[in-house]
Amino acid sequence: MITNSQMIDILKAIAAKIIEEKDFLTELDNEIGDGDHGINMARGFGAVVEKLEGMADKDIGSLLKTTGMTLVSTVGGASGPLYGTAFMKAGAVLKDKNEMDANDLVAAMEAAIGGIQMRGKATTGEKTMLDALCPAYDALKAGVEAGEDLKVALTKAVEAAEKGVEYTKTIAATKGRASYVGDRSIGHQDPGATSSLYILKVLLANV
Amino acid sequence: MVGVVIVSHSQTLAEGVVELAKLMASDANIVAAGGLEGGAPGTSFQKIYDAVEKVYSDDGVAILMDMGSAVMTTEMVIEAMEGRKIKMLDGPIVEGGVVVALEASLGTPLEELQEKVDEARDTKKLDN
Repeated sequence: MITNSQMIDILKAIAAKIIEEKDFLTELDNEIGDGDHGINMARGFGAVVEKLEGMADKDIGSLLKTTGMTLVSTVGGASGPLYGTAFMKAGAVLKDKNEMDANDLVAAMEAAIGGIQMRGKATTGEKTMLDALCPAYDALKAGVEAGEDLKVALTKAVEAAEKGVEYTKTIAATKGRASYVGDRSIGHQDPGATSSLYILKVLLANV
Repeated sequence: MVGVVIVSHSQTLAEGVVELAKLMASDANIVAAGGLEGGAPGTSFQKIYDAVEKVYSDDGVAILMDMGSAVMTTEMVIEAMEGRKIKMLDGPIVEGGVVVALEASLGTPLEELQEKVDEARDTKKLDN
């Protein structure tokens, strides 16, 4: 079970992790994109932390919706509308909830991924955040449906996302700015998949 | 007259397209929404939203975007302004921006502008 105050802690911890990894994410993006992923994500999540002040009494849906809208307004790169839509879609699923269980998390993650696919017109195998998130979702869902403890299911989800990030090294980018680099992007891990992995790791560490 | 918004990751590029378009269509209702607040590279939801508001009329607004987040952020602005007459046009922002500004200033309706951008995209600059 995750309460709304825990969700605030999780969102703040995600922000801290993204800010900590800012330079590494930007370095990854320098290799295959326009070199702004870390800077953009750090700016966006920095703004999220500010927005969360004074939201202690809000439900989980509102917290995630505010997070999404803030990312859309402040990130400035493709990860803004993509993560923004993801958090807003997850927020819509968790509307008015002050606590969420494992099934809620599965439903929220499904909506978030659906939002990214819709906004980015993307699917797996294109060297994007979906290559981390989709296998993680599959593992989480399978674990929860098998009645596993949330922590156990999320551990498997993080492992699947790690494999997904490794997988992005083996494929060429066909979406986003990195698609201009084409086959020369092979060998580099995708920055978006990497930031998605960080978000899942923080979630695991805080449930 | 249809309003026109040029969305780019670069503030100077968006402003440059507006400058170029106004050479052909000085009375066009065209504005730039480039870069983030403060001018850093990126695309800003608020800047695009404000630009659309600025040139909006019942004739609607046409938006030309460069790439990636410029397209996605513009989509989100249009969703946030649901019910308004706003259309994204697919094409090169320099040639498209000039053609759309000119056509809009001559009274071409929003519905016909994509066709004009397609023509601009297909016009070859060299004979070979």
